[in-house]
Amino acid sequence: MSAWKPFILCLMTLIPCWGNTKTIDLYPGEGTVISDAIRQAAPYDTLLLKEGIYRENSIVVDKPLVLLGMEGAIVDGQMGDEIFVIVSDDVSLENLTLKNVGVSYLKDRAAIRLNRVSNVTIRNNQLLNTFFGIYLQKSNECLVDGNTIRGAAEEESRAGNAIHIWQGNRIRVTHNTLSHHRDGIYFEFVDESYIAFNQSRNNMRYGLHFMFSNDDTYENNVFQNNGSGVAVMFSNRISMENNEFLDNWGGASYGLLLKEISDGIIRGNRFQSNTVGIYAEGANRLIFSQNLLQNNGKAMDIKGNCMDNRIIENNFIGNTFEVLTNSKSNLNHFESNYWSQYSGYDLDRDGVGDLPHRPVNLFALIIDKVPAAHMLLHSFLVSSLEVAERMFPQFIPEQLIDSQPQISPYPYDFD
Amino acid sequence: MGRIIQFLATDLVKNKTIIFYLLFLWVTGFGLISLQGQGEKTLLALLNISILVVPLVCLVFSIIYFYNMYEFLLLLHAQPLARSTLLISFYISLSLVLTGAYLVGLGLPLYFSDAGGAGLLLLLTGSLWNLIFIGLALLMAIWASDRTKGMGFSLLIWVYFVLLFDGLVLLLMYNFNEYPIEKLVLYISFLNPLDLGRILVLMQTDAAALMGYSGAIFQMVFSENWGKGLVLVLLLLWALIPFSVSIRWFNKKDL
Repeated sequence: MSAWKPFILCLMTLIPCWGNTKTIDLYPGEGTVISDAIRQAAPYDTLLLKEGIYRENSIVVDKPLVLLGMEGAIVDGQMGDEIFVIVSDDVSLENLTLKNVGVSYLKDRAAIRLNRVSNVTIRNNQLLNTFFGIYLQKSNECLVDGNTIRGAAEEESRAGNAIHIWQGNRIRVTHNTLSHHRDGIYFEFVDESYIAFNQSRNNMRYGLHFMFSNDDTYENNVFQNNGSGVAVMFSNRISMENNEFLDNWGGASYGLLLKEISDGIIRGNRFQSNTVGIYAEGANRLIFSQNLLQNNGKAMDIKGNCMDNRIIENNFIGNTFEVLTNSKSNLNHFESNYWSQYSGYDLDRDGVGDLPHRPVNLFALIIDKVPAAHMLLHSFLVSSLEVAERMFPQFIPEQLIDSQPQISPYPYDFD
Repeated sequence: MGRIIQFLATDLVKNKTIIFYLLFLWVTGFGLISLQGQGEKTLLALLNISILVVPLVCLVFSIIYFYNMYEFLLLLHAQPLARSTLLISFYISLSLVLTGAYLVGLGLPLYFSDAGGAGLLLLLTGSLWNLIFIGLALLMAIWASDRTKGMGFSLLIWVYFVLLFDGLVLLLMYNFNEYPIEKLVLYISFLNPLDLGRILVLMQTDAAALMGYSGAIFQMVFSENWGKGLVLVLLLLWALIPFSVSIRWFNKKDL
């Protein structure tokens, strides 16, 4: 019988809506058209915004409504305060174009703010030149899907985040395109949420910024050309799969920054052309497998305070440095990876190299101790020292080895 | 002087070693392109080859050529010609042919690897390295009448600039790591034309971001136009000073 309970609950919530919901057409005009319509509407009505420009801001949605934009329906905030403030559950906001929210140093103004609500849907909207894009505050079970959010940020201190979530549970952020903001997606105290199929490009700081959030999943996202990449910090049990971290290049950039993070899974991601592919500090018990790290300056910088991580079956191809560390000992496990710098042989032809591979090279250790030695990058001295060290290892960490280096790369399918 | 240069240059072009040199550059250049694909990686590999090969070829070839042509030189002295004219013609013809071989040898692969501005800068730096090491070779040849001694010392010069200098710099950096030596390292790099050129080319590529704090200091100098100009002037000085010393020695030398 218990299987029927959800259906009955659904029916019970639907019954009051039947019969008395109606659709109200709105046309652009003088004054606060949308606010007035919301005031007069009954719960569960649909407001259909016809084509045109609505010059309005501070629209409070305080009852469950559907706001639907026809093609060409634009709400212009005129560089003023927030446009929509949603304080009711079960609101749906779709197909609208929102423009021009002013920069404020006192208040995080957003084009759409959700305040202590649940079950709200924000779908297929276009947000242009809004200080913050969508701001979810203490809200649960909301869906943010298919929105295009493009900021006009020029400096970090005057920029807001595209999607900013502060305290929430079970939020889904999917299929959004985010660019030219401070952070593409910002998560703080957000648990059990799902981020997928988003494209975060050209943001000033991070493509995705994760703080104090547990049990979240993000997959199939693209993070490209952001100021300093993606940061996942102070979080537990995060699953990151099939994402792409591309072109985060600069003096202080990295593909993925992991800091104080435990028990996560990082699988099937592509890290390409980043200054540092993965930078891990205080990362514990992560499983890092089946990723592709290609053409990065430093593929993996794993600090001495990282423990019990398993780095298995990844492809390391064409990176200047494969692994860097600042510790003589190694508390992580490297196994069965493909390393393009591996120079051993495979006499029995079983696909596994007969000699272990040491992914940390001597120059990486030198520059860790003596940063000024960077000036010797690509010099003949460095190459010859490395050859000598590989033949007779003296300095590189004894235990940091891959005992089963692959002879050919794994055929993972990345488009 | 023009006649002498013309004669020496045609003689040099016919030289088998030069042809082998050119073929070697082509084979490695195009080989690297087919192995590593396009762009930056190829450029960096070509930079490494230039650092290794250009000084060696210039030093060894020039010094052997000078010793081989010594009798011809004595013969020319019977003519009413200034000694400096003779040496300058020698220098110019060697530079023309070796630099030409280098430019054709690496220019063609670079052209096909679309390396852009950094590639042009590599060619310019490489050409200056040619001029520098031909000058140093002549200096050695005039200083040592004994062939073995001259050869030995020119090889020592090669080892010094390619390996020893960097080793000493590394040692210095290791011992004075506690001090802010980044600026000092910049000035020290002025003392080695190979380091100077290498950093100049590296700074035009993405590799610059890998170089951390010291890289940022280099970037301030080496990516600005005045900085590039300064480096090129320094490299030119590196070419001119040894050569002018060799002219002075040659004028005083008992042939």
